[in-house]
Parts: sequence; structure tokens; C-alpha cells
Amino acid sequence: MAKRSNEPFFWMLFSAGGAIAALLVPILLFLFGLAFPLGWVDAPSYERVLALAGLPLARVCLFALCSLSLFHWAHRFRYTLYDGLQVKHLNELINFFCYGGAMFGTALAAYLVWYLP
Amino acid sequence: MAAQFEYHTRWYRAPVSTYWWLKRPSDVKFILREISSVFVAWFAIMLMLQIRALSQGLEAYQEFQEWLQTPILVALNGITFLFVLLHAITWFNLAPKAIVVRLRGRRVPDSVITASNYLAWFIASVGVAWLLLGV
Repeated sequence: MAKRSNEPFFWMLFSAGGAIAALLVPILLFLFGLAFPLGWVDAPSYERVLALAGLPLARVCLFALCSLSLFHWAHRFRYTLYDGLQVKHLNELINFFCYGGAMFGTALAAYLVWYLP
Repeated sequence: MAAQFEYHTRWYRAPVSTYWWLKRPSDVKFILREISSVFVAWFAIMLMLQIRALSQGLEAYQEFQEWLQTPILVALNGITFLFVLLHAITWFNLAPKAIVVRLRGRRVPDSVITASNYLAWFIASVGVAWLLLGV
């Protein structure tokens, strides 16, 4: 097989996604998913969140967080299906679903972050 | 296919149950760690919905917040939080295996790399909380 492997490229995205998700997702999820909805902490106002998310650096971080988290999922979940369920015969379909989903999500995240007022 | 290849010893694979990973605790932990990626993806989807609601205005954002208050979402996010913690902890604990740093020709000990990862996690978390809640 002379075909070059895409593995290192997807592994890098997986790895970057794993790192950024490990650093940022626990606190964001704790606040927005538990602490604010349950009233443990007063949620910041709409204006404040909007102003914060609209900062150029915040837009880049939000985009990277969405996109890389999805690529992290794509790569890891693909191997979970591969090892866990042993569905090698569905490999092409799984690759399409996982990496395709992450690419679609990346485009969507770029659009959303770009048009944030 | 020629008949002499049909029973080649190298081709024999002992059938493995789909639930092979339930037999050993370390395998269960491995699979749970792998499944944490699904919850990371769920967070990314939620974050995109939040950004969309932010763009659409105050009313849409309030609706989004009310949606997060529904019992199903709170329960789901409670589970998601546990998986995301599992992801972060296993990720930082494995960091010394992936990152080899040499300083003056000596390899920086694993414990230092792990500790600096946890420190970065702490700083990032406090930073995010301060940006959202600080005065």
C-alpha cells in the first residue's frame, strides 16, 4: 500500500482537541450546565456574555474549542467503534460519519462565530 | 480462493465478544474514557447552540437558558460533567507519556509535567470563571 496515511494529521487534531477540551470544558460546563441553571451562582447577563464572546480573541477560542472538540470526538469515537464493537466492515461509513461530522461542525462554528454581533 | 489458504493458521482469529471490555476494571475504565469523547462532542454542540442564541438576541438567549434548566438537560449535563472530568484527569495524567521535555540535557520528570498540566487547568478554570463572574 503506497497510499499516504492521514493518521498523523487526524491524530494532531485529536490531540489538540483533547487538550483544549480538558482545559476549558469542565469549568464552562460546570457553570453553564449546572451552576447557573440550578441557581448555585447568579448567571452573567446577556449583555455581558455577548460582549465577552464578541471579543476577537474569544471568537478564535470559541471556534477552536468547537471545532477541535469535534475532531477529538471523531478520532476517539471512531476507534471506540472499531475496538469496542469490532465493526471493521463499516470502516468507510464510520470515517465518513465521524470526520465528516467534525468538518460540518467546523464550518458551522466558523459561520456562527463570524456572524456573532 | 485456493483451498490450501482456507485454513491458514495466521488467518485464524479467536472470536471476541462485543462486551470483552466488561471483564476487567482497567478495560471498563478505558472504554469509559473513550466514551467521554461523545460528551465532549455534546458540549461542542451545546456551545454552538448557545452562540446561535446569543446572536439571535435576548429573547432567544433566555429561551436557551430555560432549556438548560429543564430536568432532562440538568441530568444530562450532570453526567456530561462527570465524563468531562474523567477526560480531563486521564488526559493530564497521560501527558508525560506524550510530552517529553528536556532541560539542559536532562529529561524533566513526569511528575513535573503532570503538575504543570494541572496548574494550567487550574489557571484556565479560574480565568474563565473570573471573566464570566468577576467585577
